[in-house]
Amino acid sequence: MNQHVLISALLFTIVSITVTSSALARDSIEVVGSSTVYPFSTVVAERYGRASGKPTPKVESTGSGGGMKLFCSGVGTNYPDITNSSRRIKASEFKKCQTNGVKDIIEVHIGYDGIVIANSVTVAPMKLSRKDIFLALAAQVPGATEGELIDNPYSTWKQVNSALPNIAIEVLGPPPTSGTRDAFAELGLEGGCKAIPWIKAMKKTDKSAYKALCHTVREDGRYIEAGENDNLIVQKLEANPAALGVFGFSFLDQNADKVQGAQIESVAPTFESIADKSYSISRPLFFYVKKAHVGVVPGIQGYLNEFTSEKAWGEEGYLAEKGMIPLPTLERAAMAASTRGLVPMIGGEALK
Amino acid sequence: MTEALNNLGKIKKSLSRRNRAERRFRWYGRMAVFIGLAAVMVLFTDIISKGQGAFRITYIELEVTYEQDRIGIQSLTDPEQLATGNWEALYKAALRNEFTEVSGRRDKRKLYGLISSGAGFDLKDRLLANPLLLGATENVWILADDDIDTYYKSWLDGEPYAARMSTKQLQWIDELHAQGKIRLQFNKNLFTRGDSREPEQAGIRGAVMGSLLTLLLTLLLSFPIGVSAAIYLEEFAPRNRWTDFIEVNINNLAAVPSIIFGLLGLAIFINFFHIPRSVPIVGGLVLTLMTLPTIIITSRAAIKSVPPSIREAALGMGASKYQVVLHHVLPLSLPGMLTGAIIGMAQALGESAPLLMIGMVAFIVDIPAGFSDPATVLPVQIFLWADSPERAFIEKTSAAIMVLLSFLIVMNTVAVWLRKRLERRW
Repeated sequence: MNQHVLISALLFTIVSITVTSSALARDSIEVVGSSTVYPFSTVVAERYGRASGKPTPKVESTGSGGGMKLFCSGVGTNYPDITNSSRRIKASEFKKCQTNGVKDIIEVHIGYDGIVIANSVTVAPMKLSRKDIFLALAAQVPGATEGELIDNPYSTWKQVNSALPNIAIEVLGPPPTSGTRDAFAELGLEGGCKAIPWIKAMKKTDKSAYKALCHTVREDGRYIEAGENDNLIVQKLEANPAALGVFGFSFLDQNADKVQGAQIESVAPTFESIADKSYSISRPLFFYVKKAHVGVVPGIQGYLNEFTSEKAWGEEGYLAEKGMIPLPTLERAAMAASTRGLVPMIGGEALK
Repeated sequence: MTEALNNLGKIKKSLSRRNRAERRFRWYGRMAVFIGLAAVMVLFTDIISKGQGAFRITYIELEVTYEQDRIGIQSLTDPEQLATGNWEALYKAALRNEFTEVSGRRDKRKLYGLISSGAGFDLKDRLLANPLLLGATENVWILADDDIDTYYKSWLDGEPYAARMSTKQLQWIDELHAQGKIRLQFNKNLFTRGDSREPEQAGIRGAVMGSLLTLLLTLLLSFPIGVSAAIYLEEFAPRNRWTDFIEVNINNLAAVPSIIFGLLGLAIFINFFHIPRSVPIVGGLVLTLMTLPTIIITSRAAIKSVPPSIREAALGMGASKYQVVLHHVLPLSLPGMLTGAIIGMAQALGESAPLLMIGMVAFIVDIPAGFSDPATVLPVQIFLWADSPERAFIEKTSAAIMVLLSFLIVMNTVAVWLRKRLERRW
């Protein structure tokens, strides 16, 4: 009879686990979203947990898009309270949130992240313009006559711009699933794309062709997808001085003895140049909060207060220490006030 | 006669050639083993050389005075006051006393940066453990910041890495070093704390507990289910197309990439049964699905190896089929089953892909105490640390790999030992 007892005990365990766990109320905050905001959001979570003595918020790194999907799935403790994003919420995502009952969403713009193009410190730093980046990395580039497009023929930097060194184009960067890649395409490639007048004019006439041209990275082996791990790119650059790598500013900040950032339009990526926006390839960082969860899941207000305090996101705060570039002082004060006051998005924002 | 001699000649001639072939083959075998061992050696040396530094961490000695006013509390028993107390002020004052010449906001900030941001809480715990210290002064070894730790270790190794240090900080470290007030100590935090974004405060305790809870549930579920399935299929089920079909499917499942089990877990346990994300319950259930085929296959092999004569003898003595299985076949095949289970568990311990889908790849600081607390597991912790920008996490990553490898080595050794010890030959 032993076996029968065993099996029924087993079934009982499974059923009881299911029942008890689904009845559990959540007492800690759940944060999902961007892997770029993850290092900042986790620091705040940890400090908040340690200082308040309450459970530390759980932070998952799902990517901006994945986080938004989970966040907009519904209201209730089965869904996350906060999602991090390395880009603004899209109009389609906002609409999806609304249809799923996630009505009031608080948008918090927390700061900026710079994207750097770096090479090994053993060679001279690169001096690039966004146009050089576009011509070197786009799948298609303008041909001899206006309006003509050809497959990217350039194999060395010198061919792109005679002022650049005569080394083969070899760029290690994130794969298409990464938010860093999206931002790099939008700010770096498109920025250079716009420098060519007839392509800029195309934006008005044929927007989708313009976007396809300006955002598509070449796939002939000159741009190498190196995975989501930026540490790996740093290691590869160290081993191969001829290569360039694309990654977030915080990795440059931590590995200054191994890699150096290329100057873009003669501005080197530094904390100050990204903050005052003279460095052109930087992107805003956000997180979004479900207002309906504030007061239901304990601690959300406390987490928001911690995040928007000067000691966290201020110019000398601990997030700046981790490599996040803070907002300008006035903007920061306004954002802190609206966040602490739980002011939701009105739905009329110009979203893409 | 001559023909026989001819043949003998031929054999003699070919003998040396055949011997050479055998020697060559042996050398190929040795080379293969050597390449395998060399790869393991390279892996181990790389991990150990990178990771050994993580077991020691930099501490700075400071003279701390536990002044009530400075902390801003009236009593040590009021939790409200303890939570809002300014504990960092303790080490900040001690630093100012140590380096009296430092003035100006910027320099003071740099000075406070020598110490780990969690040190205030450490002093709080110290004071709570011994309330008599309130108002007293003592010399305490305080945890240094990760940048200082990285610099000090690289400096001791003769290749200083000072990119994140200011000239003033370098000077202060020199002074501390000259006075013997900075040193490396055993890194206790690595084994007693949960995850942290500050490398000097990060530990693997949370991940180890998460792995233990998840594996315990996996073992509790997969072993009985796997063994029952194996016994039924081997001893009771009729041999027909259906059982063949089941067998093919089980073998198939054993080869399915583990991420698929994660997707399945997400669809069934989280989306349908509404089990919360990131908890060991759901992790255990998913890993159960993953290890079941392995356990069923090894258990069936163990049952098959029990000689039929034992079953026949038992049947001849008048035992029922059920008694034969429970009293004879099961005990005799149990060692094999256990070995299979341990190997299955070792596999589950190293798994991170299926857990990605069910939210166990997350930043979790609090150490899980039960099956329904958010948790992460060792391989995931390694993955998260490997992905962190802070330099000091590189050695922590290798140290965590060393811990995971030693767990795996212990489990596999136990499996081998069990097999050697309990195995019976007929």
